[in-house]
Amino acid sequence: MSDMTLSAPARRPLVLRHPSVLVFLTILALFTLGVTLLSEGAGIGAISTSFVKTLGKTLCFCLVALAMDLVWGYCGILSLGHMAFFGLGGYAVGMWLMYERTRMIVADSLAAAELPPTAQEISDGIATQIFGVVGASEFPPVWAFAHSLPLQLAAVVVVPGLLALVFGWLAFRSRVTGVYLSILTQAMTLALSLYLFQNDSGLRGNNGLSGLQNLPGLDDIPQSAVSLWFFWASALALGVGYLFCAWLVSGKFGSVIRAIRDDETRVRFLGYPVEGFKLVVFTLTAVIASIAGALYYPQAGIINPAEIAPIASIYLAVWVAIGGRGRLYGAVIGAGFVSLLSTWFTGGQAPDLVLGPLRIQWVDWWTVLLGLSFVAVTLFAPKGIGGLVDLAARIKSPDRHGADLGPDAGALREREADQ
Amino acid sequence: MTTLLEVSGVSVSFDGFRAINNLSFQIGEAELRAVIGPNGAGKTTFMDIVTGKTRPDEGRVTYGEKSVSLLSLSESRIAQMGIGRKFQRPTVFEDQSVADNLMMALKKDRNPFAVLMFRPVAADRDRVAELADEIGLSAALHRKAGELSHGQKQWLEIGMLLAQEPRLLLVDEPAAGMTLAEREHTTDLLKEAAKTRAVVVVEHDMEFVRRLDCKVTVLHEGAVLAEGSLDHVTRNEQVIEVYLGR
Ligand SMILES: Nc1ncnc2c1ncn2[C@@H]1O[C@H](COP(=O)(O)OP(=O)(O)OP(=O)(O)O)[C@@H](O)[C@H]1O
Ligand SMILES: [Mg+2]
Repeated sequence: MSDMTLSAPARRPLVLRHPSVLVFLTILALFTLGVTLLSEGAGIGAISTSFVKTLGKTLCFCLVALAMDLVWGYCGILSLGHMAFFGLGGYAVGMWLMYERTRMIVADSLAAAELPPTAQEISDGIATQIFGVVGASEFPPVWAFAHSLPLQLAAVVVVPGLLALVFGWLAFRSRVTGVYLSILTQAMTLALSLYLFQNDSGLRGNNGLSGLQNLPGLDDIPQSAVSLWFFWASALALGVGYLFCAWLVSGKFGSVIRAIRDDETRVRFLGYPVEGFKLVVFTLTAVIASIAGALYYPQAGIINPAEIAPIASIYLAVWVAIGGRGRLYGAVIGAGFVSLLSTWFTGGQAPDLVLGPLRIQWVDWWTVLLGLSFVAVTLFAPKGIGGLVDLAARIKSPDRHGADLGPDAGALREREADQ
Repeated sequence: MTTLLEVSGVSVSFDGFRAINNLSFQIGEAELRAVIGPNGAGKTTFMDIVTGKTRPDEGRVTYGEKSVSLLSLSESRIAQMGIGRKFQRPTVFEDQSVADNLMMALKKDRNPFAVLMFRPVAADRDRVAELADEIGLSAALHRKAGELSHGQKQWLEIGMLLAQEPRLLLVDEPAAGMTLAEREHTTDLLKEAAKTRAVVVVEHDMEFVRRLDCKVTVLHEGAVLAEGSLDHVTRNEQVIEVYLGR
């Protein structure tokens, strides 16, 4: 404590003040380079195209986990709806992909006819192709902009943004907090997913949208190359997203939202409009989640309403908790680690575990293991995997068995903290 | 002297229990006022009403030269209008440094987008350092507020209050957990602050109130029992009965 001078130090650039940002971006760049060099599309072929897709999808999960960490870990809003925003982004992009590709196929097949097809014929042809599975042959109103990539990309931002804005405004304004807010977000997610399950929702009911991995007009380009494009785009989005989030939480805004998490009443008496801050964070993270989804689903190839079900959002919270909430790299580590592990276990690659008469097949038991890990992390390592960094950096908090720190209620003794 | 805050005929009931009963209170632009009263007299509830935390069932609360009614405003609006509050239990943001706590309290635009774009300039950092000096926490500027002792947290909260540059300061039991020397320092700070603004101090400790050397309001069962100099109110029969008798 002797080097503390009276005046606060001058501000240095973000990456210098937070070396973890630089470390993260470096690791991400090296990872991207490594995967590229080992890929089938641009390297020696040691990594299969499907695994490149898995890695690209994982990067999207990392991005949505960042959003979750911002809204939950930093602002204290345990949203169980961010995977719904993720899904909406996927739907928005998927609609264009599906429309445009079907249009090309229909146009091709009609071109063989003697009379050139009318616009109406083409449109009917596309509608029959897309909506035949749900017994419809006309475009529902939500597809009004599906012909335009820029408009659907705008929808990636606007639709979840508006939904989050309206929902958040209603919820925060009536000062719903804590568990009740979580339940409310979960109800929103459930309602959205149930609505999409209906055939007349206009988004093909439980069939969802498929064939999204095929980019319209680029049939000649092999998936090995397309998968790399999306992998790069996902890595870029994650890098930019990380920088943005780090910038957001490093300044006074970050200070205020963490203060809201810890004691929102007190923040009000400092004159900050708490509801406004929550609304900004909720909406912003909804948009980040949606962008992550828009990059994810073309790699997954298919999206259906089950992806929006509340359980997905609960998994998201579990990833962030296991990785360590309240620190950005924790969220990334959690999402990356758990979702890759999950792919491994549920992909049937993990060898069965034989315990006497009991034979543990990981495909079924993985969820149980994940649940147990979640409980264990919550109870024994609330800082999550990210806490290991503290351990390495020798940042220790004294163990007071859950009691307040220090001699008076709430005070942490200097000597204890410095140990 | 013009009136800064006027509370008139205010009543509040919690589940039928009248915590504040037809209370009226006034304070001028630059005035120091001590509020005393037995436990449960309604002192904290009075502050809750002025700061917008509790809505009264009836009565008026007006503030400023335009006599704006505070009753329909949110807590944050009221705070932005220049009413600062120190809580009975020190509430600082324990997970953040002393400097961050003070920086957050500095009087600046509170709009989320303005906060997002805010980057402290040298003047802001100097102000934080100056405040830290005033409250004796210069050496602890970069420590987490949670590591401070109870008394230091009280100080930090007073510092945050000063940083807001309020026109009206409501201070609930500022001296709890402080040593004698620290109490004296607190009285000095409050008296200094009251030269340029209105300060209402709730305190149980009579010695502390005596040192404040100001007009005293005695609350009892949610209403004003007596008002005047400390000597005047302590001679009052009813006050003696409330404090000593029964
Ligand atoms: N939110 C509430 N719900 C129910 N009763 C309340 C509430 N707030 C205050 N009260 C009651 O109102 C009365 C006045 O409380 P208040 O906290 O204002 O007293 P006080 O004068 O600050 O006392 P102390 O000196 O102990 O701090 C008490 O009887 C208390 O139980
Ligand atoms: Mg009280």
